[in-house]
Amino acid sequence: MGMGLLGRKVGMMQWFDAQGKGLAATVIQAEPNIVTQIKTPESDGYSALQLGFEKAKEQRINQPHKGHFKKSNLEPRKHLKEFRLEDVSSYKIGQEVNVGIFEPGETIRASGMSKGKGFHGVMRRHGFAGGFKTHGSDAHRRPGGIGTIRASGKVFKGKPMPGRMGYDRITVRGLTVLKADPERNLLVVKGAVPGPRGCLVELSKDA
Amino acid sequence: MNPMIRALEAELVSTLDREGEGQKGEPVTFGSGDKIRVHELIADVSQEGKERIQFFEGVVLQIKGSGTSKTFTVRKESFGIGVEKIFPIYSPKIKKIEVIEKGKVRRARPFYLRRQHAK
Repeated sequence: MGMGLLGRKVGMMQWFDAQGKGLAATVIQAEPNIVTQIKTPESDGYSALQLGFEKAKEQRINQPHKGHFKKSNLEPRKHLKEFRLEDVSSYKIGQEVNVGIFEPGETIRASGMSKGKGFHGVMRRHGFAGGFKTHGSDAHRRPGGIGTIRASGKVFKGKPMPGRMGYDRITVRGLTVLKADPERNLLVVKGAVPGPRGCLVELSKDA
Repeated sequence: MNPMIRALEAELVSTLDREGEGQKGEPVTFGSGDKIRVHELIADVSQEGKERIQFFEGVVLQIKGSGTSKTFTVRKESFGIGVEKIFPIYSPKIKKIEVIEKGKVRRARPFYLRRQHAK
């Protein structure tokens, strides 16, 4: 995984490319992230960059986090995220990272928590076919059998069942950057990004 | 609509290279029931790699949507057969929109025109 950034999904709009083709685009706003920690092979066994996003009030931060920010003499941030990088020598603690790291035309990946759908049955949640609607059927939207009779004597773990659907961590790869505006901290990508408007999105270069 | 998205949409519209009505981010000045001529840039099949302007002339049946995804429907009669085409208002492919005749309709979506002969 390459260099990345934390941001918030603003919403979607229609974009027109150079050929005049209409595209579905997602707008993401990412206030500059700051480098909160630099991990190196000598001290940590691997190299990575830890970024902080969105300033947090002092009283909202717990003691361990307070200590972490105090160590590097930084204002506390709400969200922290580590990005594995081969070479971290060009970064300094406290340095700002903005959407300028992405260029129009390159592909990136975006991760976030998808919209929660609530409790749903197997047809919607797992795409089961369900039973017959008519011909005396009484198994309209039921899952059918959930195991073997005697062979195993149990229901296997992970068996698709009804339950809470959505609010899963979803990663979308291959989103093309249409516009990166470091002045306004805006990023426009082609396609959809998981989650509702205003949700936290992790962006990273698609390796 | 989020102000940031609105700003981005306005920018996208302002980059449009268009003659006459509805140019450079101005509101489009035709309405439902107007007879208009749409100048659209299309790929020329007779000459590969070339583009030419094609007209589509007819009555505006509806204007729909908001922002950059706003569209309008134009209806014309071609060899006795009604043809309707939906255009995105802010498509860069549309080079010009001419109003030929202001329409006299009393509703926003004059679909009743479909049932009338010889418009």
